[in-house]
Amino acid sequence: MDTSNLKKVDIIFSKVDNPLQILDKALQKSPDDIINEIIDSGLKGRGGAGFPTGLKWKFTKNEDSDVKYVICNADEGEPGTFKDRQIIEEVPEKIFIGMALAAYCIGAKEAYIYLRGEYNFLKKDLLSKMEKFNNELKNRGLDITLYLRSGSGAYICGEESALFESMEGKRGEPRNKPPYPTKVGYNNQPTSINNVETLVFVTMIQHLGVEEFKKLGTKDSRGSKVFSISGDTPIPGIYELELGMKVSDFVREFGDGDTKAVQIGGASGFCVPRKNFENTIIGFEGIPTGGSVMLFNSSRSMYNILHNYLDFFVEESCAQCTPCRAGLQQLLKGIEAIKRREKPASYLNELIKLSQTMKMSSKCGLGQSIANPFVSIVENFKEEIIF
Amino acid sequence: MQEPNELIKNLVEKHGRTRNALMPILQDIVAAKQYLDPSDIAMVAEELDLSAADVYGTATFYTFLDTVPRGKNVIRVCKTISCYMSGKDEIINALEKVLNIKVGETTLDKQFTLLTANCMGWCHKGPVMLINDDVYHSLTPETAIEIVQQYKEKSKN
Ligand SMILES: Cc1cc2nc3c(=O)[nH]c(=O)nc-3n(C[C@H](O)[C@H](O)[C@H](O)COP(=O)(O)O)c2cc1C
Ligand code: SF4
Repeated sequence: MDTSNLKKVDIIFSKVDNPLQILDKALQKSPDDIINEIIDSGLKGRGGAGFPTGLKWKFTKNEDSDVKYVICNADEGEPGTFKDRQIIEEVPEKIFIGMALAAYCIGAKEAYIYLRGEYNFLKKDLLSKMEKFNNELKNRGLDITLYLRSGSGAYICGEESALFESMEGKRGEPRNKPPYPTKVGYNNQPTSINNVETLVFVTMIQHLGVEEFKKLGTKDSRGSKVFSISGDTPIPGIYELELGMKVSDFVREFGDGDTKAVQIGGASGFCVPRKNFENTIIGFEGIPTGGSVMLFNSSRSMYNILHNYLDFFVEESCAQCTPCRAGLQQLLKGIEAIKRREKPASYLNELIKLSQTMKMSSKCGLGQSIANPFVSIVENFKEEIIF
Repeated sequence: MQEPNELIKNLVEKHGRTRNALMPILQDIVAAKQYLDPSDIAMVAEELDLSAADVYGTATFYTFLDTVPRGKNVIRVCKTISCYMSGKDEIINALEKVLNIKVGETTLDKQFTLLTANCMGWCHKGPVMLINDDVYHSLTPETAIEIVQQYKEKSKN
């Protein structure tokens, strides 16, 4: 679209003729050189939290341990996110190369993909490609092997420490942090864990050069990002876009003409109402996202949407800590009670306070982020929640 | 039961006896027979030198590691936001009718179990369901029924 202010990009899904050349070229550099390039590129994690990837690798490399691990987080469970699946289907070699480079840089011999159980149908093909890739690594004299592990239907296992617990054959209950995975990760060894898309960006930064990558995005949000776009839009799907766009530009491109709210960052992200479209940026300086953007038009009840999110979290909370377990149930019961007029509208303020207490006192990102959707929906759509 | 014992022995052989092998072993048992019964859990615990309660505690954490009997084909309809907006209720109603069961139940002939599940990563193509490991997206009540009929035909042959 000519009038669009959005820049469409084709880095992640672009077909590279001989991807192994990227690996070979990179392996001529020292681990420190590669790590410094990634730090210089400004690449931040694409799984949601946005930690600088190069620093994560550096910290893991600096740990003194004979055994270290690389993990590719392919648990993709955030409602509204479906881009990692497509990356795995279309360009698995680029993921493998990112994993091999991570292992080379930090000094790991084993690199695992943790693939959510909902994507079991991808396993056979992925394993056979992985086997070929492992042979290529062997041919190059590298002592690095890739493995595949599966999830079994638990959103919380996308949280990195819960993922380690799951791989260790336990309930997927998040650990206390610190210590961080770079020190104490899988099997209690230093571990570098990255999202699928992050690892592909590492590969492509090696391919295109740091400067090409830095040309895109803003100071705080370098590069582009793959977005998963769904909800009330005539063109749902997967789009790679330059970071740092205004929500208003986004809505102009993807809305159906009647967009009243946009949920950025999935169920655990933020709801932006129409009046804020113009002054809200999608990126690390505004609202960060693992890539999920959902559009809602005026036919939708924000009460029903909030209710659906809370249902999701009540089921997916690991329930090991009280603020999250009890807090979620109270939030859900609370909005139901207000709807039924059993509680006054002012009770919403108590619920907002509760969600903020959960933010401070929950053990992991799940409980800590409930206030994001809860407060942003309740404050902007109070009438819809009450009446 | 002789058969599952063989199964478990083979799986322990394949994945090893470490705690890290527990998930792959349980996953493969479910892939083979749809659910874990108490004797499977006891046997895996013994092979891996864990307590049965520990293995049970792990299994019950995971939605896909069922510990109650399931049909040969497990249908999971997504109920999260995008599929909710694109009409998952109509899909569930249609499936309940054609299978003559409610969500959570298994048909008398043990061929189908109908469940709901959380986001499966197909939000742009809802409503969506998994039957065992296979994905069916962009469903209408008609296509959902058709797909289930195909599974019924297959199980007759
Ligand atoms: C509840 C919860 C679920 C998460 N799910 C995922 C996920 O599915 N995929 C992912 O890459 N990161 C997920 N994360 C973030 C990971 O903990 C971790 O930060 C990420 O894998 C790091 O990779 P990155 O730096 O490349 O983004 C989740 C975090 C939380 C708190
Ligand atoms: S915040 Fe919730 S999901 Fe996280 S550890 Fe506590 S109970 Fe579990």
